[in-house]
Amino acid sequence: MNGVTTGAQRVATIFRRELASYFNTPLASVFLVIFLFLSGLFTFNIGGLYDRGQADLRPFFQFLPWLFLFLVPAISMRLWAEERRTGTIELLVTLPFTVVDLVIGKFLAAWAFACVAIILSAPLWFTVAWLGTPDHGVVVASYVASMLMAGAFLAVGGCLSALTKNQVIAFVLCVVACFLLLITGLPAVQDYVAGWSPREVAEALASMSALFHFDSILRGVLDLRDVLYFTSVIVGGLACNALIIQWRKAD
Amino acid sequence: MPQTPTTDQRTPGAPLIIAHGLDKRFGAIHAVRGIDLTVRSGEVLGFLGPNGAGKSTTMRMLTGFLEPTAGSVTLDGIALDRDPLGAKRTFGYLPEGAPGYPDMRVEEFLRFIGRARGFTGDALRKAVDVVVDRVNLGAVRRQTIETLSKGFKRRVGLAQALIHNPRILILDEPTDGLDPNQKHEVRELIRHLGSDRSVVLSTHILEEVEAVCTRAVIINRGEIVFDGTPNEMDSRAPRSVDRNRLDHVFRALTTKDTADEASRRVARSLGVAVKEGSR
Repeated sequence: MNGVTTGAQRVATIFRRELASYFNTPLASVFLVIFLFLSGLFTFNIGGLYDRGQADLRPFFQFLPWLFLFLVPAISMRLWAEERRTGTIELLVTLPFTVVDLVIGKFLAAWAFACVAIILSAPLWFTVAWLGTPDHGVVVASYVASMLMAGAFLAVGGCLSALTKNQVIAFVLCVVACFLLLITGLPAVQDYVAGWSPREVAEALASMSALFHFDSILRGVLDLRDVLYFTSVIVGGLACNALIIQWRKAD
Repeated sequence: MPQTPTTDQRTPGAPLIIAHGLDKRFGAIHAVRGIDLTVRSGEVLGFLGPNGAGKSTTMRMLTGFLEPTAGSVTLDGIALDRDPLGAKRTFGYLPEGAPGYPDMRVEEFLRFIGRARGFTGDALRKAVDVVVDRVNLGAVRRQTIETLSKGFKRRVGLAQALIHNPRILILDEPTDGLDPNQKHEVRELIRHLGSDRSVVLSTHILEEVEAVCTRAVIINRGEIVFDGTPNEMDSRAPRSVDRNRLDHVFRALTTKDTADEASRRVARSLGVAVKEGSR
């Protein structure tokens, strides 16, 4: 009996297995605990949530990209490197899946996991809502921005993980790539670049930065351009990922 | 125990695997050199050869894991390069080393493979139960794969290849790491399965060829150097050899060259050396 499967079924099969693998291992619990602990630390001790006397979640969201810088590569590094190391990639590729099924299924599972972590910070939101009257629209937009940013980092990291069977290399490459996406959006870096290059170059560089678009959404407006930026990084990352797997299945 | 016909009496059926001019280069290394192979239903083909002869590379091209540099593969009438998804549905594959996800339980892993093969709900449960029973995994079905012995791991690999009852089975060293009892069980299973499908298995154990295969193909340096029944292989050995006759034939085909071939090879290598020296 040979069951014919639809694309959605195949992606769902990969998604389920991937997501289960986070919870089969201590990865999920370790990740969630550390994420919540560090985000709390940043929000209260460094961001000074209480001291500011303002009912908003800016201290939390402001530090999130820098937390993602190390935590998202920790999720993405194993996406493909692990399959290569254990040889299970040979199984995946010779089962009736297309490379696109595999790439999308794995990405969606990793993204869903990251979104769960982000959503688990909601008690912070409830606390602020209880203490004062935050602008809930801004909070919702900020949550969307955080999820988009996590997705963009994961797509980039998945791509880099496909290049190697060594998870440490995949981690380091992803941290560097995400770091570049972040620092080009820092005002200090922009000023520095503007000091010796035409204004257009500095602006172009800033508009390619994840931090620039993230901050823009954090101000409270979910601009189509910012959403488009993150979705194009995600789609571009996944497309590269599929090409790498297609060309270098067996290496 | 199913009644199995003696190997040479079987009449082969429809061709299920057709490989034509399969060729694979890895940079400067020419791993597989234009292999033609047709495997019919009812054939159990033992794929033999020294390490590095190109066995795994050939099997990886048959299953679509490696793209051939040249040549084509047709599986149960479906061209692998035109309809990879359709072609992949026709076979079950045990890759070299029987890879599996260490953190998954045996049952969970087989359910994943079953889903990938299009089973859902009750049909999925049933398919897993049948295959667990078939390869005797009942005792370990709730264990994680990383806790299994080498023999059980290999059987999990076999189970995942069998779950959809495919017409084509491609098994890279299915009995490697098994103890003699397990080897016997797996051979019985393969012989039983082979009666109405095509099985290609690679092995280093020549007695296995006599025990389960209807056909033996020996590959050396990427080329087929023998293709025939185990009896024909046996008859290649000189009368004087009365023990390990297949070993003798295997060695003769994969190590010694005929005088002609040897001198040609020497000439060729000298020619290359001269050319390289003059550059």
